[in-house]
Amino acid sequence: MSAHVTIRIQQADFDIGREIAALTGGRTDIGAVVSFSGICRGDDDGGKIAALTLEHYPGMAEAEIGRHAETAMSRWPLDGLTVIHRVGRIAPGENIVLVLTASKHRQAAFAAAEFLMDYLKANAPFWKREESTGGTAWVDARDHDDAAAARWTKS
Amino acid sequence: MKVKYFAWVRERIGKSEETIEPPASVRTVDDLIGWLTQRGESYAYAFEKPRVIRAAIDHAHVKPDAIISGAREIAFFPPMTGG
Repeated sequence: MSAHVTIRIQQADFDIGREIAALTGGRTDIGAVVSFSGICRGDDDGGKIAALTLEHYPGMAEAEIGRHAETAMSRWPLDGLTVIHRVGRIAPGENIVLVLTASKHRQAAFAAAEFLMDYLKANAPFWKREESTGGTAWVDARDHDDAAAARWTKS
Repeated sequence: MKVKYFAWVRERIGKSEETIEPPASVRTVDDLIGWLTQRGESYAYAFEKPRVIRAAIDHAHVKPDAIISGAREIAFFPPMTGG
């Protein structure tokens, strides 16, 4: 059976159980589904966070996630994958991102899910802004320095 | 060509997009950053650390030496913090 790819960027929350059912429903060839969800924390390096606001680049965000999905499909024997990324205002405890990978066996599903999250964090055009008691501030990219510019890739 | 700005680059410049017509001597993304920087204090502030700024041409990441000729849409933004 063909691979089922779903990519969505939305303000609304998602239901992980419903998304897994949509990926595996009616199929008997899938033996493993790995689910990763990223959740908004209520603190960052000791500071309290009231909420995050996520901005994205419409058009490019979908294209970039699509390119990573294609790469994952070509590297591992996947039967399907789902990537959902929320935008807008997100409170602590709420979902931010969901990655589901489905395969016959667990190894491909685990590896592809980790690959997708690593590449999403580094390359998908989303930006987080934190609201705290001290005001609002854009979140700094981790491990970024001037040398990071060298990582620009036309992937 | 259309230029788009995101996150703190957008805030510093004070607009999310605009249409520009740089001279032919502006060939690369790096050249364009230099040309935009000359347009005023808000641009100079947004691009004060040009090596931190990321760029995309027509929805694909590019390096600073990428040629901008033929581009429909160029975007400038800080390092990404999604996921």
